[in-house]
Amino acid sequence: MTALRVVAGLAIVFVASYAAAQSGADRRRSGYQDMGEALQKMQDDDTANPGMLFVQLGSQAWSKPAGAADKSCADCHGAAASMKGAAVRYPAIPKGADVPMDLEGRINLCRTENQKAERLPPESRELLALEAYVAHQSRGMPVAPPVDPRLGAFRDQGAEIYRRRQGQLNLSCAICHDDNAGKKLAGVTIPEAHPTGYPIYRLEWQGLGSLKRRLRNCLVGIRAEAYAYDAPEYVMLELFLMDRARGMTFEAPGVRP
Amino acid sequence: MANVLVNAPKTAKRGAVVEIKALILHPMETGFRSGTNGQFIPRNIVERFTATWNDAEIFSMDMSPAISANPFVSFFAVAAESGTIRLRWTGDQDFAVEEQVAIAVE
Amino acid sequence: MDRRRFLAGTAAIAVLPFDRASATPEAMAEAIKKVVGDSAVTEGRVRLDMPPLIENGNTVPVLVSVESPMTVADHVKAIHVFNEKNPQPNVFSARLSARNGKASVGTRIKLGDSQKIVAIAETSDGRFWSASADVIVTLAACLEEST
Ligand code: HEC
Ligand code: HEC
Repeated sequence: MTALRVVAGLAIVFVASYAAAQSGADRRRSGYQDMGEALQKMQDDDTANPGMLFVQLGSQAWSKPAGAADKSCADCHGAAASMKGAAVRYPAIPKGADVPMDLEGRINLCRTENQKAERLPPESRELLALEAYVAHQSRGMPVAPPVDPRLGAFRDQGAEIYRRRQGQLNLSCAICHDDNAGKKLAGVTIPEAHPTGYPIYRLEWQGLGSLKRRLRNCLVGIRAEAYAYDAPEYVMLELFLMDRARGMTFEAPGVRP
Repeated sequence: MANVLVNAPKTAKRGAVVEIKALILHPMETGFRSGTNGQFIPRNIVERFTATWNDAEIFSMDMSPAISANPFVSFFAVAAESGTIRLRWTGDQDFAVEEQVAIAVE
Repeated sequence: MDRRRFLAGTAAIAVLPFDRASATPEAMAEAIKKVVGDSAVTEGRVRLDMPPLIENGNTVPVLVSVESPMTVADHVKAIHVFNEKNPQPNVFSARLSARNGKASVGTRIKLGDSQKIVAIAETSDGRFWSASADVIVTLAACLEEST
């Protein structure tokens, strides 16, 4: 009897502190929370979330040997569960390198260095599928950028780009995503720009796409010239955005309008 | 390799009504759009989806270009006997994909 | 921020799922007539679930359910969905039987614009039932570079 009451008491304390964390300290909202119920359900149900088709493609590519080394990802990494936690940590600086790389860059590094194969082109189905498969292993984990002092300068540059006005409309990311987040723009809710669901299945694309592609859409939206696909600016922005989303729940593959 | 996700229970009580959900990778190109070169992109859709339970047809759907890319279908079926649920998608450009799942009915 | 200018700019690069031809309320009525012939269509027994406000017309969830015992003697034989403004009025036609146990069909559809959607069910006694929904499609704000 007493034991039961103690357990019940503990449960209440837990619920209360969880609620406090949700409403008080942390008011950050994932783009998921800005979507209607129908789209949230689409993301949550693995047979309704079209991103899961790409996760499945990725699981096939994972064990397919490639390149002059004729090795598959699985040959070195074993089951994909070994990738748990990778996606919530990137961008990061790989061993032996001195600049940060995003997850797709890291995958391509394994293509060239370890498989002795060609880089997979940006936004190609195979690259997105592999990225989705690796990212999916971290679903539900908190975003956790690495503690690496070398990243600081790159992240600061990302923050600078985020606040810099650009494009013919002379807008910064911050004007929309900090000052006007939650407000409507042409009927669309402006999200807080958290990179927690990437790669995402965007209904507008009718397909899977990377964070880069999403950022390019925003740049085009403000009539700015999008950086080249291999430009370091995307990695800098992502470093800043991931740090800003630290602790938020990783959702890949997300669904977005 | 076919890219299909099927969600159906592996076991069911005899007479229970079970939900079957399926998703397939397919562009569902409407034939009403023009590409980057101004040319119309030829229609490429799944025209028909059928489901059989131990070879007896239990459900079918004729689709139009208005069905979204990567078509999703959900429907119900009475779990009458153990066996195989076979799902089949056919369409333009000789598209034909079949996927099957087993269900044990007790 | 200069909202009007931003909106004008983004509207120009909006890419709708269809850019040729268009169904009309008349074309929809005609398509429905092809299915029901001269039979009366009674409003009721059909439930058409769609989000009233849609963030993107490319993938709109639709669930059609019909009140029916789904027995051999009394069941839903078919469910048809039509729309007014896409290039073609027919969206899908599903065939059902007592084997389904529950008359409920879900899928996802493209809607080029805000419009009325009609679902019609045919029951085994040869009668037709219907439901309709008005949906509003908002446009995505930041799209792709226009190629
Ligand atoms: C004019 C306002 C505006 C500006 C400026 C803008 N964005 Fe966006 N951004 C949006 C809107 C609106 C969306 C949501 C798009 C939709 O749903 O159609 C979005 C979406 C995003 C997302 C996706 C969030 C998610 O939940 O997946 C990210 C990340 C993002 N923006 C980052 C940026 C960055 C970085 C910049 C600066 C380079 C930027 N945006 C500039 C309006 C803007
Ligand atoms: C020949 C062996 C080999 C192959 C093949 C290989 N990798 Fe790797 N991979 C490595 C090594 C070694 C590392 C670095 C581990 C370290 O830094 O401790 C690595 C690191 C990674 C990381 C970063 C993990 C992290 O936690 O930071 C990812 C992601 C990755 N590989 C993905 C892939 C994918 C996807 C493939 C298949 C396309 C692949 N790898 C193929 C050997 C391989």
